[in-house]
Amino acid sequence: MIATYSDLKDKIILVTGAARGIGKSIALALSAQGAHVVFNYRGDESKAMSLKEGLEKVGGKATGLKFDVTDYESMTKAIDEFTKSVGPISGLVNNAGVSKDTLLLRLKPDEISSIIDTNLKGAMMVTQALSRNFLKAENVSIVHMSSIVGLMGNPSQAAYAASKAGLIGFSKSVAKELASRNLRSNVICPGFIQTDMTDALNEKAKEEYSKSIPLGRFGTSEEVANLTCFLLSRASSYLTGEVIKIDGGLYI
Amino acid sequence: MELQDKVIKLVSEATKMDAANISLNTSFVDDLNLDSLDMVELMMKMEDEFGVEIPEDETENLKSIGDIVTYLKAKSH
Repeated sequence: MIATYSDLKDKIILVTGAARGIGKSIALALSAQGAHVVFNYRGDESKAMSLKEGLEKVGGKATGLKFDVTDYESMTKAIDEFTKSVGPISGLVNNAGVSKDTLLLRLKPDEISSIIDTNLKGAMMVTQALSRNFLKAENVSIVHMSSIVGLMGNPSQAAYAASKAGLIGFSKSVAKELASRNLRSNVICPGFIQTDMTDALNEKAKEEYSKSIPLGRFGTSEEVANLTCFLLSRASSYLTGEVIKIDGGLYI
Repeated sequence: MELQDKVIKLVSEATKMDAANISLNTSFVDDLNLDSLDMVELMMKMEDEFGVEIPEDETENLKSIGDIVTYLKAKSH
């Protein structure tokens, strides 16, 4: 069930990491609302084109921008070109993320860098690159995709958890700094959601995890997309600096 | 309209301060109570109005209406 928010129609929203998983579901849900979805892609033009077509088939416009969230220069260039020719972006979903599970005692500096650079620094740089544009936009809403792991910690995910916890402090600071411009910034902390990331878990682990979830199942990326649409819309106009778990009760 | 008058008009509109109370000596922080975010927005308006680019690190030196007028004059030459 997807709720409809009429103010999302034609709203220009950048979703990072929209190629698959939760990001793709969010992009699709926003397209279904008639939003103009802007997504970034790193290399494959044909994949970007098919994502654009897939989104436009559902509704609304879609635009692919070629940049990596770890490359500030290409990001600012692509974003500036887009906002100059189309108009201000008034929604942002910082969703791009990577994970690599390793015991702390095997964790290498370059693995830490790779996770922090994409998950935390990437989100910070995209938000920064858009900050001037946000001052010209109205009803700006930013959603950061954190994780339940950022709140509760998890073995073998020290760097991932740190990057996801970092997003919370970042979001709250942005919320305070730009609240006077009616900009809102919130964090979503998904628990176990069916995606490529969790498909990589073995069956026994999945069964064990499901037992620890009060609602007894993994969530779907559509359920996360629903919450994201709510936070991007004016339906949540008095909500900022908040951290919302969507985890079937896992972390109660 | 003189550059100075254009700047004063723009600042007056942005800050809702009567243009008659704004002169070259008016300070953004002390007289108009602008915070750093207000300043960024004001500079963005100047950029749009006068078609110039004002780099972030140069805005720190622009403390009064007079500073802006001098800066814009230098830029246009």
